[in-house]
Amino acid sequence: MPENYIVRYLPLLFHMLIAAVLAGGMVVLSYFVGYRRPTRAKMSPYECGMTPVGDARGRFSVKFYLVAMLFILFDVEAVFLYPWAVILRQLKMFGFYEMMVYIGIVLVGLFYVWKKGVLDWNQTSTRRGTI
Amino acid sequence: MNPVATPFFFYLLSTLAILGGVMVIVRRNAVHSAIALIVTLLSVAGLYLMLYAPFVAGVQIIVYAGGIMVLFLFVIMLVNIDRSMKERAFNKQWWIAIAAAVALGALFVSVFVKSKGLFPERGLPLAEESNTQQIGLYLYGNYMFAFEIASLLLLVAIIGAVVMAKKRI
Amino acid sequence: MLSIQTFLIVAVIKTLIALVVLLTAVAYTVWLERKVVGHMQNRWGPTRVGPFGLLQPLADGLKFILKEDLTPPHVNKPLYIAAPIIAMVFAITSIAVIPFGNPITVFGKQIPLQIADVNIGLLIILGITSMGVYGVALAGWSSNNKYSLLGGLRASAQMVSYEISLGLSLIGVLILAGSFSLKDIVDAQSGVFWGFIPKWNIFQGQIIAFFIYLCSAYAETNRIPFDLPEAETELVAGYHTEYSSMKFAMFFISEYANMMTVACLATILFLGGWHGPMFGPALLQAVLPLVWFGLKVFCFLFLYIWVRGTLPRFRYDQLMAFGWKFLLPLAIANLVITALVVAWTA
Repeated sequence: MPENYIVRYLPLLFHMLIAAVLAGGMVVLSYFVGYRRPTRAKMSPYECGMTPVGDARGRFSVKFYLVAMLFILFDVEAVFLYPWAVILRQLKMFGFYEMMVYIGIVLVGLFYVWKKGVLDWNQTSTRRGTI
Repeated sequence: MNPVATPFFFYLLSTLAILGGVMVIVRRNAVHSAIALIVTLLSVAGLYLMLYAPFVAGVQIIVYAGGIMVLFLFVIMLVNIDRSMKERAFNKQWWIAIAAAVALGALFVSVFVKSKGLFPERGLPLAEESNTQQIGLYLYGNYMFAFEIASLLLLVAIIGAVVMAKKRI
Repeated sequence: MLSIQTFLIVAVIKTLIALVVLLTAVAYTVWLERKVVGHMQNRWGPTRVGPFGLLQPLADGLKFILKEDLTPPHVNKPLYIAAPIIAMVFAITSIAVIPFGNPITVFGKQIPLQIADVNIGLLIILGITSMGVYGVALAGWSSNNKYSLLGGLRASAQMVSYEISLGLSLIGVLILAGSFSLKDIVDAQSGVFWGFIPKWNIFQGQIIAFFIYLCSAYAETNRIPFDLPEAETELVAGYHTEYSSMKFAMFFISEYANMMTVACLATILFLGGWHGPMFGPALLQAVLPLVWFGLKVFCFLFLYIWVRGTLPRFRYDQLMAFGWKFLLPLAIANLVITALVVAWTA
C-alpha cells in the first residue's frame, strides 16, 4: 500500500524527537541541579596540572584527511554493493562477473594506496618523509 | 491509512533545508556552517523519503551526511579557524550572487509555470518493499555500463587523493 | 489494521518502553562490567550500595546529576553543549528499527515488536552509525584542549576506517537474505539443517563475516582493544577530557547504548535473532523468543566485557593497519566467496 508508506517512518521521527528531549533535558537538569564554584585553575584547559601552552587550534597530520577521503571512496563502493547483494539470486552468475570487474578496478586503487604507504602510520614511513 | 500531513512535512523539510543553506553562508565559524550543511542534507534525505525513494534517502544519509561531511569537518579543523573568523564573511560580490540566485529562482518558477501538463503529474511510485530490488535490477541490468564506469571514477578519485596529499609521489 | 491515531500512540508508548529498557540495560551493563572485570582481576567490584552493589548504577546517576557542571571559558559554547546531545540522540535512536520478536496480538490487534517497521532498516542503522562520528569529532574540537582534539581526531578517523569493514561484512548476510529488512533477515535464519544445526548465518559460512563484524564493532564503539581515543596513559580521557557532570555521563551512556545496538544487530544478523528451541505451554512460547533474543544479546555483551578484561590496547599504527590491510581485504574476499557460492547455486 503506497498510501501508508510515509506513516511507517513517523515512529522513527517521534523516537528521535523523544530522544532529543531526553538528551536536552539531561543537560538542562544538570545545569540547574549541579552547583558551580568556578576557580581560575578549574577554568583553564586541562593539561595535567601544567600551565597550558598555546591553544589547541594547531594543524595536524594530513593523514587524517587522507583517511576520510579513502573512507568516502570505499563507502561509495559499499553503497553500490548493497542493492547488488539483495538481488544477486536473480542476477545469477552474470551479476557475479559484473561485480568482479567492479571490485577488481577498485582493488587496484586499494593496491596503489597500499604501495604508496598511505596506510602506514608507523614511524619509519614518517621518517622517510613520503607523506 | 491515508497519507498524513504530507504538505506539512514537505514544507517543514523544505524550510529546514533552506534555513540550513542560509546558515551555511551567513555563519562566520566554518564548523557551524558544516553543521548547518548537515541539517540541509538530512532534510533533503527526508524529501527523498517523501518521494517514495527510501533507498536513495538512506544512501544520502550514509554517503553525504555521514561520509562527505566528515571529510569537510576534517578539512575545516585542519585550517586555522580563528584567523578565518576575523575575515569578512561577505565581499563585494554579494549583490551579484544575489542577482544570480534570484535569476535562477525566476527560471525555475517559469519552467514550473509553463510546463504544466508537460511533465507527468505524479510518477508511479515503487512499492516500498521492492524499491531497492527495483533500483538494483535497473542499475545492474539496463545501466550496467554506467555502473562499471563508476568504478573507474572511484579509481581516479583514489589516485587523485593520494597525489594531492603526498610530498613525494 | 489500526487507525492512524492509535498507530502513532502505540508507537510513542513503544518508544518510551524501549528507552526505559535501554537506559536500564545500559546502567546494568556498566554494573556488570565492573563486577565481571573485578572478578577477573581478583577484586570484588561494587559491593557497598545494595546487595551485590546492585544499586550502584542509581547512586552513580545521582552523583552525576549533583556534580559540578563546568563549562570552561575557552570552549566553543554552542558546539560544546551540542556535542553530547548529538552523540546521545544518535546512540539511542538506532534501537528504533530493531525488531525484538514476531508481532504479538494485544486486544485483537497485531502489534509488531519494533518501533519503526521499515524495509530499509539496515540502511538506517548504518546511516545513524555514520552520524555518530559527529558527536565525538565536535566534542574534541569544541573543547579547545589538545588532548580532546587529538582524542576526537583519532576517534573519528578510527570510526570511519572501521565503518568500511563493518559495512562490507554485512554484504554476505544481505546476499543470503535478499532483503534490507531486519525482520526478513531473521526469518531467513529460521529452521535447522542436518536435523540439529540451527540455520543461523554464523553456521551458514558467515563465520568470517561475524569475526570481521566483531572487530569492527569493537573499534566502532571505541572499546578495548581499540580504545585509542581515550587511551588514558597518553590522552587523559580523549575527547571528553573537558566534560564533567551529566555531559560526561551522556558520552558514557551513548558508548554503552552503542554497544547495545551492536549486540542487537549481531544477534539479528548472525545469531538467528529470536529463533531458538520452542517448548512448553502457549504462554511460555509467547515469551521464549524475547528470552532467546535477550540471552544472545547478553552473551555478546559478556564477550565485550571478557575481551576488555583480557586484551591489551593496540598501538595506533597497528590499529590502522589492522583495519585497512587485514579486515578490508578479508571482508572483500568473504563477500566474493559468498557471492560465488550463491550465484552458482541460484
